[in-house]
Amino acid sequence: MSQVQELTKADFVSEGDVKWCPGCGDYAILSSVQTVLPTLGIPKEKFCFVSGIGCSSRFPYYMNTYGFHTIHGRAPTVASGVKLANPDLSVWVVTGDGDGLSIGANHTVHMIRRNMDLKVLLFNNRIYGLTKGQYSPTSEQGKVTKTSLYGSIDNPLNPLSFAIASGATFAARTNAANPKHMQETLRAAAAHKGTAFIEIFQNCNIFNDGAFAKYLNKDTKAEENLFLETGKPLLFDGETKGIIMNLDGGKPKLSVEEADPANPGVSKSGNKFLIHDPSNEDHTLAYLISYLGSISDPENPAAMGVLRAVNKPTYGEMLHSQEEEAKSAKGTGSLKDLVYSKDTWTVKETAKA
Amino acid sequence: MATQEQEKETLDSVTIRFCGDSGDGMQLTGTQFTNTSALFGNDISTYPNFPAEIRAPQGTLAGVSGFQIHFSSNNIHTAGDSLDVLVAMNPAAFKTNIDDLKQNGILIVNEDAFTPGNLKKAGFIDDEDIFAPYESRSRIFKIPITKMTLTALEDFEMMAKAKERCKNMFALGLTYWIYSRPLDSTIEWLTGKFGKKPEILEANIKALKAGYHYGNTIEAFQSTYEVPEAKIVPGTYRNITGNQAVAIGFVAASELAERPLFIGSYPITPATDILQELSKYKHHGVKTFQAEDEIAGIGSAIGASFGGQLAVTTTSGPGIALKSEFMNLAMITELPVVIADIQRGGPSTGLPTKTEQTDLLQVLYGRNGESPIPVVAAKSPSDCFEAAIEACRIAIEHMTPVVFLSDTQIAIGSEPWQLPDLDTLKPFNFKFHEDPETFAPYKRNELLARQWAIPGTKGCEHTIGGLEKEDITGKVNLSPDVHEHMTEIRSKKVDLIATKLPPTEILGDETGDLLFVGWGSTYGAIRTATEKLRNEGYKVSQIHLRHLNPLPNDLEKIMRSFKNVAVPELNLGQLSMIIRSKYLIDAKGINQVNTKPFAVSDLVDEAKKILGEG
Ligand SMILES: Cc1ncc(C[n+]2csc(CCOP(=O)(O)OP(=O)(O)O)c2C)c(N)n1
Ligand code: SF4
Ligand SMILES: [Mg+2]
Repeated sequence: MSQVQELTKADFVSEGDVKWCPGCGDYAILSSVQTVLPTLGIPKEKFCFVSGIGCSSRFPYYMNTYGFHTIHGRAPTVASGVKLANPDLSVWVVTGDGDGLSIGANHTVHMIRRNMDLKVLLFNNRIYGLTKGQYSPTSEQGKVTKTSLYGSIDNPLNPLSFAIASGATFAARTNAANPKHMQETLRAAAAHKGTAFIEIFQNCNIFNDGAFAKYLNKDTKAEENLFLETGKPLLFDGETKGIIMNLDGGKPKLSVEEADPANPGVSKSGNKFLIHDPSNEDHTLAYLISYLGSISDPENPAAMGVLRAVNKPTYGEMLHSQEEEAKSAKGTGSLKDLVYSKDTWTVKETAKA
Repeated sequence: MATQEQEKETLDSVTIRFCGDSGDGMQLTGTQFTNTSALFGNDISTYPNFPAEIRAPQGTLAGVSGFQIHFSSNNIHTAGDSLDVLVAMNPAAFKTNIDDLKQNGILIVNEDAFTPGNLKKAGFIDDEDIFAPYESRSRIFKIPITKMTLTALEDFEMMAKAKERCKNMFALGLTYWIYSRPLDSTIEWLTGKFGKKPEILEANIKALKAGYHYGNTIEAFQSTYEVPEAKIVPGTYRNITGNQAVAIGFVAASELAERPLFIGSYPITPATDILQELSKYKHHGVKTFQAEDEIAGIGSAIGASFGGQLAVTTTSGPGIALKSEFMNLAMITELPVVIADIQRGGPSTGLPTKTEQTDLLQVLYGRNGESPIPVVAAKSPSDCFEAAIEACRIAIEHMTPVVFLSDTQIAIGSEPWQLPDLDTLKPFNFKFHEDPETFAPYKRNELLARQWAIPGTKGCEHTIGGLEKEDITGKVNLSPDVHEHMTEIRSKKVDLIATKLPPTEILGDETGDLLFVGWGSTYGAIRTATEKLRNEGYKVSQIHLRHLNPLPNDLEKIMRSFKNVAVPELNLGQLSMIIRSKYLIDAKGINQVNTKPFAVSDLVDEAKKILGEG
């Protein structure tokens, strides 16, 4: 391997002005990404950022890497093509809640189920920013916006539940306003082979200010964030509470119980708290955890961190190995064989001419 | 025995159509007749006709499947206007095809299938003498094909159903006898196919021979026919469909570009074969990606193109509608990608298995903004090979998306392809940009093609996208002057392609009374009509456009050298509209949208009308 030159954050900063609104959560995401990339040991020219359309999707212009600002909702398709063409690139998809979950939901599902080797950053501000404030698929029911003057009647969807149900091999959640956590999460995604889907809570201070305030507010953040740590019990609020699973009419259900200080890992009612295992092949539990604290489940804390990270072959790996197998079984194809292979006949000069 | 007395008549060319229920094996029968005739040395042209439904109820009109073969001792360019022979395996096939039979043509029907039930399914009324209206104007042979087949296979220990399935071989054998064709290539093919099932193999061969001998033995046919070998340009040939030729053309282009081929597509009739064909070529390094929809198909191709592959996507009209936004992105980001539109009958889902040329305006103009995209059209099945290469060459050498147009008739029709000398194919002239010192994403060469630096190239990091940008640097810039300048550059870039084109080929004289201007699958019919008219002394010539955008620079001058310009198209006048508006030439449309290819005789008649003699 050639010597990778030392990279710094400055290497990833593009020269033009960044044009998001002052105070927008997107700045913090940009800064975290620019902080993490130089630490990954990947040469700068091997990064490629592909986005759709939206405030969030302007991201590639602000990165001094290869980038492609495509069309609304379709970034996963272009990114898939880039990655399949160049397996040694590190390809990142940047999308929004409208881009990735409304117009482009179809492509998001298929990218995930194929386990394309792409890092996906979904900036969830629960609003359409670029078009100036209409409700999005992640806006809460009843939300009043310019197109929902009487309150939105759409049922919101939960991006992580959506990703996990689509078969995500990696699913995580973080908050733009928590750079340390975000950088850890980005590093975990970068280390994952396959689709690494990250939902990032991102404040749009112009059209949906405060959407994630309760996760940051000094008084509420302890009870609203459930920080996940592999191998540790699911505890929050200063380890005074935790998550247990019981059966509700045969269905598994998560609930919050108070921790028993005398009995670590066990609730006051004697139930064992769940131990976090993102590598669990079965995604049922990850799905249930993803749903906690969602817009439809506001009483519970939201899980933050890596919910799921399992090792499965990627689409690209399988595509390339099929190609290799075909080559070794049939020999590398030649155009001449292809053209001249089948049922040919020859007309000779003498033939009645 | 009547054999000895039978005469052998020599004919120039014959058109046969085999038709029957979807399950009757008519495509296979037609293909066998084709291959035998090609190997025999005839020139051939074929056109299958499939029902839109995969399994329409047996015996119904919707379930009729047909295969037409035109074979000749001359050079031919169409699958034939009308039929010399119609083989109808059931009443539905009879009903839907009989009108195409020539005066005094031969009708062969499988009498056994004309049961009251089947007659009813085909919509005939009880007791109707369905053949009566045709008795005076055709030679009708009612043959108990099913019974004869079963009798021939009496000794075989197979289910009756399996025996019955061999009846298409009986029909094939009979036509082989009528047209003095050898059986050996079909026997060889059967041996390859059923080698591992000796009983089925034997049964098929027996039925084939039984059909052949049946013709020989009964006295019904007064004569047999011979269609001598054609004077074909010496060379090596194979029979090929348009879709196969496109697939091979893409692989060839990938070698000429020295870039791996990537195809991102979503299945749609009649384009699906190309994706299927290319899926067989993994050992050629071809990457096929069956995407979740047409949008993802082209999106992945654009991504692969950004990544430096030869990228293509294949579809039909409804898919073009979905791809339009991405075609525009490829246009403004100036990335090479070939969009193959295999046209079918529209609008909407329309007539999925039928042919039309109704997407020309869609691919030229069906996008927001000023969005010039080059368009290349193939004129026949074998021509798809070169046309596909040409589309890829323009895409890569000029850094632009290119539309490749074909249609159902070309896609599933077949003809002999004189195999090219591969060493004469010209490598594509382009290089990736790798020098950071001289790199700027929208810096251009003399053709206005921008620099192409692919991700992974050190020092050439850049971002492209759909927003308007300034030239050279590619920086986003929405100011009025920049937009006007860029719009002009993008348009000029496409115009410049015309400077690289060879002079337009004229069939016939360079001046005259009438010039046919055509494009696409109408080539064969227009060419045959032109030859006919010229033989009759008319001053008629033909040009057939490979390039529909940009149009050739010599087109106007050629058209102005004729008193009349006629544009035959299987639409309501799309190229004619362009010619009229662009050149202010009074081009007359000859238009047809009845799902059928042009009949040569219709073109001849229309031409005479334009010449004031119709
Ligand atoms: C085909 C198409 N439809 C609609 C739009 C308009 N549009 C641009 S961005 C956007 C919504 C973006 O929302 P989101 O993905 O949440 O991004 P944000 O701006 O919030 O980051 C819409 C509707 C478009 N550009 N293209
Ligand atoms: S509109 Fe909202 S999301 Fe868009 S840049 Fe402004 S603050 Fe950020
Ligand atoms: Mg948003």
